[in-house]
Amino acid sequence: MTTDIRQVYRRLYLIRRVEETIVDIYPTDKVKSPVHLSLGQEAVAAGVCSALRPEDVVFGSYRGHASYLAKGGNLNAMMAELFGKATGCTKGRGGSMHLADARAGVMPTSAIVGSTIANAAGYAFGLRRLGTDAVVVSFFGDGATEEGVFSEALNFAALKRLPVLFVCENNSYAIHTHVSRRQSAQRLVERVRTYGIAASRVADADVLRIATEAQECVQALREGRGPRFLECATYRLREHVGPGEDWDLGYRSRDEALPWIQSDQVTRLGEMLEPRERAALEAAVEGEITAAVAFAEESPFPAASDLQNDVFA
Amino acid sequence: MIEERSLSQIDAIREALSQEMERDDRVLVLGLGVDDPKAILGSTRGLAERFGSERVMDTPLSEDCMTGACIGMAMAGLRPVHIHIRVDFLMLAMNQIVNVAAKSMYMSGGQQPVPLVVRAIIGRSWGQGAQHSQALHSMFMHVPGLKVVAPSTPLDAKAALTYAIRDDNPIIFIEHRMLHGFTGAVPSGEVLRGPGSCRVLRRGGDLTLVGISYMVPECLRAAEWLSTVGIECEVLDPVWLSPLDVEGINASVAKTGRLLVADNAWLECGASAEIVAGACEALGSTRRLAVGRVGFAATPCPTTPALEAVFYASAASIASEAFRLVKGELPERGCDLDMPREVREFRGPF
Ligand SMILES: Cc1ncc(C[n+]2csc(CCOP(=O)(O)OP(=O)(O)O)c2C)c(N)n1
Ligand SMILES: [Mg+2]
Repeated sequence: MTTDIRQVYRRLYLIRRVEETIVDIYPTDKVKSPVHLSLGQEAVAAGVCSALRPEDVVFGSYRGHASYLAKGGNLNAMMAELFGKATGCTKGRGGSMHLADARAGVMPTSAIVGSTIANAAGYAFGLRRLGTDAVVVSFFGDGATEEGVFSEALNFAALKRLPVLFVCENNSYAIHTHVSRRQSAQRLVERVRTYGIAASRVADADVLRIATEAQECVQALREGRGPRFLECATYRLREHVGPGEDWDLGYRSRDEALPWIQSDQVTRLGEMLEPRERAALEAAVEGEITAAVAFAEESPFPAASDLQNDVFA
Repeated sequence: MIEERSLSQIDAIREALSQEMERDDRVLVLGLGVDDPKAILGSTRGLAERFGSERVMDTPLSEDCMTGACIGMAMAGLRPVHIHIRVDFLMLAMNQIVNVAAKSMYMSGGQQPVPLVVRAIIGRSWGQGAQHSQALHSMFMHVPGLKVVAPSTPLDAKAALTYAIRDDNPIIFIEHRMLHGFTGAVPSGEVLRGPGSCRVLRRGGDLTLVGISYMVPECLRAAEWLSTVGIECEVLDPVWLSPLDVEGINASVAKTGRLLVADNAWLECGASAEIVAGACEALGSTRRLAVGRVGFAATPCPTTPALEAVFYASAASIASEAFRLVKGELPERGCDLDMPREVREFRGPF
């Protein structure tokens, strides 16, 4: 499988522009939902999801806009969800932290750090029992690797040789705490290998390398060769939660962000495309976003009577 | 001399922590983000600078392990205060809290107490949703060996936290995000408040209104309105939920014959059920009682404001139900009580 740069760029650009649109809308208070933006981190989901088929599934976290969009989650339904509307992807019940789109293979996300790692392993077990060659991707942050469930899920997945790709989006921070203040040794890939799981690391967020690594991993999963692990170093450009920048808080410096801004993958891939092709692609994405915002604006809020629905299946 | 000033609840909590850390160097504070720029909504601000990083310690994201580690520290003679910015995160620590901390004293035949305080905050508003807005105090009330406190005022927050730190038992200290900004008189010196001391916040003979946590100010607003339609409520704040001051509550119910409990939580198997049962058991055979409860709808908490508004109990729903208990029917023209300002104006931080 060769990487289709156009497709990767489309994903990157879509995530970037949706997040920027949310930043623009946020001051109007129409999005009454805490938002954990993926600005700066687009390359991970865009690269990994370019290796997936529609029937594959992803499990993400409260920082889930990127994986939702990269896997093909419905944009109108996402925007409506942020606006709290009945047409939202979870009918206004989950908000930004709990985007889900079963038809696109985007599984419900959790705001409890680490919880979906185990769910992803179990889903992979289920897929294999059901006899498909579909695969599961589990996205989580560096902080999640400190939870017991991470180690426990690795062990189970390795033991049962499950078709799950674990992707750690390592942005070096859990809220405001740097990874060096939380982990004694930052050798995640080495640690994971001791479970018998093949693991690799992309240190510079090169989206094309992420895509190639992911293709190789997914191929191995489809062939039943056991779980894989991919660590992608990345950088969050906005505050942990909310639309703003947070350089003034003092826990990290703007200088630290500079190399990431200079190697920005959205810019880089955009420049690799032929200008006319690029302009057409961007215009199409802009049109989709404008339409999604209009859809969200025009959609109704859920009726009060809807509160009691869906508590049970 | 004890000076009284007005403090917010968040400042009262910080004052209790810093005074206890000053008094006893076995006391330490730990949890995710305790020394970060947001300092647990300000409640730990300045403590790391003052007491050092061994006593004000950020932790890895490992609630299960860190709770177990706190229990070990407590067994070794320290007095940890473990802080969680959401009570929802305690679900990862249930084994250590319920199976170990709560039972250590008893199972060891009295040899091994666990002097541990777990501070846990209930979130609300701005679509924090099903996993960041739960109120799970009744789960902890269920377990012998745990004490549970949910103060509503700055004074009780300081007094109960001071008591909790000095007590030799595991204590779940429940805070509500919306109460953090409330201000009130708090002495600058030592104050302690332990179980068995429910507060009577307003006197009245028609109905006993028990509020829990953030429902206390809502009960007071409801009582204000009810008074305008001729219903006088006695408003109680149990402060400590376990052990619960059943006698203090029943003393009021014996007088009014009517009990309405407003919990900031689900009703099913909840604190409200416990309080109503306590009144019925003690008084039900001697007099007629009218009882009622209001709280969260029996659903997970939705994020959209359209559904959040019907999910939560409020001064309006409390007042309507109180009216019904007294008059036998709902108020004809409803009751014109708004959503409280702190809820309407909340925009984070989270
Ligand atoms: C079990 C649990 N503990 C604590 C939190 C509070 N919290 C929310 S996000 C976060 C940081 C997670 O960091 P990381 O896994 O690196 O993900 P990132 O936010 O950097 O994408 C924390 C501590 C939580 N949501 N769940
Ligand atoms: Mg991180």
